[in-house]
Amino acid sequence: MDIQLKRGMLDACVLAAIKNEDSYGYKIIKDLKPYVVLSESTLYTILKRLEAARMLTVRTAEHDGRLRKYYHITEAGLRRIEEFKEEFKEVISIYQFVTKEDVHHE
Amino acid sequence: MNKQEFLWALQNGLSGLPQQDVDERLAFYSEMIDDRMEEGLTEEEAVAEIGPIDQIIAQIIEETPLPRIVRERIRPKQSRGAGEILLLVLGFPLWFPLLAAFAAIVFSFYIVIWSLVICLWAVEVALWAAALGGIVAGAALIIRGDSMQGLLMIGAGLVCAGLSVFLFFGCVAATKGMLRLTQRIGGWFKKLFMKKENAR
Repeated sequence: MDIQLKRGMLDACVLAAIKNEDSYGYKIIKDLKPYVVLSESTLYTILKRLEAARMLTVRTAEHDGRLRKYYHITEAGLRRIEEFKEEFKEVISIYQFVTKEDVHHE
Repeated sequence: MNKQEFLWALQNGLSGLPQQDVDERLAFYSEMIDDRMEEGLTEEEAVAEIGPIDQIIAQIIEETPLPRIVRERIRPKQSRGAGEILLLVLGFPLWFPLLAAFAAIVFSFYIVIWSLVICLWAVEVALWAAALGGIVAGAALIIRGDSMQGLLMIGAGLVCAGLSVFLFFGCVAATKGMLRLTQRIGGWFKKLFMKKENAR
């Protein structure tokens, strides 16, 4: 898959996973599992990228006597999800065009 | 492999990276293992689910940009003592010419290989100029009445033009080849650097 497209999709997935409530690393991986399998290293890179782009904020909270990082979506993050939806409409229409050509040739 | 062994191996594998990066990664993986154990997995199972440690280290190093590693490597691990600074200052007449000479050798190496390509292009341009000059001069001679000499000039000009077209493909091929070679040498330097970094 085109690396730029895949990166955009993974960013959107992680943002969607924290959209409704703050979440933490392992929960994000579990929530996304039915749709996309993320390794820890990949998730780390995505979280770093989104944090640098100010699409999410990180806070450390105590949980069960240890520290856990929680990720919170920002306005920019919510905007990114909306942008992704718009961009993907284009991708879908391109997909429909490409598959229509297939039928035409048969 | 238990959690402590995993984290220790990770720290060891990332020892060339900036300390802040390493600490953050360690905290991240530690949290991931703890969260899995909270779900009922044993310590060994939780670590196994994270994946093979060598692969993780390789991925992290691949994702870290080279300038970050270089900066970390250049930065002294502890601040230099007075003796070390004195030695650096006193040794300046010795290490600076050596460093300059090394840089000059690398630089001249690139100049030498690239001058071959430049040479080819110079011949190409010269042939074009000769072709143009020959045809123009030949035409002028014919107009003046020296038709035999004029024809000779035009003929020579056309030969030059033909040769230059022929050489053009050679020039392009040589430039492409040299670009590839330069890139490969650059990549080789980077690889050498990474290997050293990993070995530490």
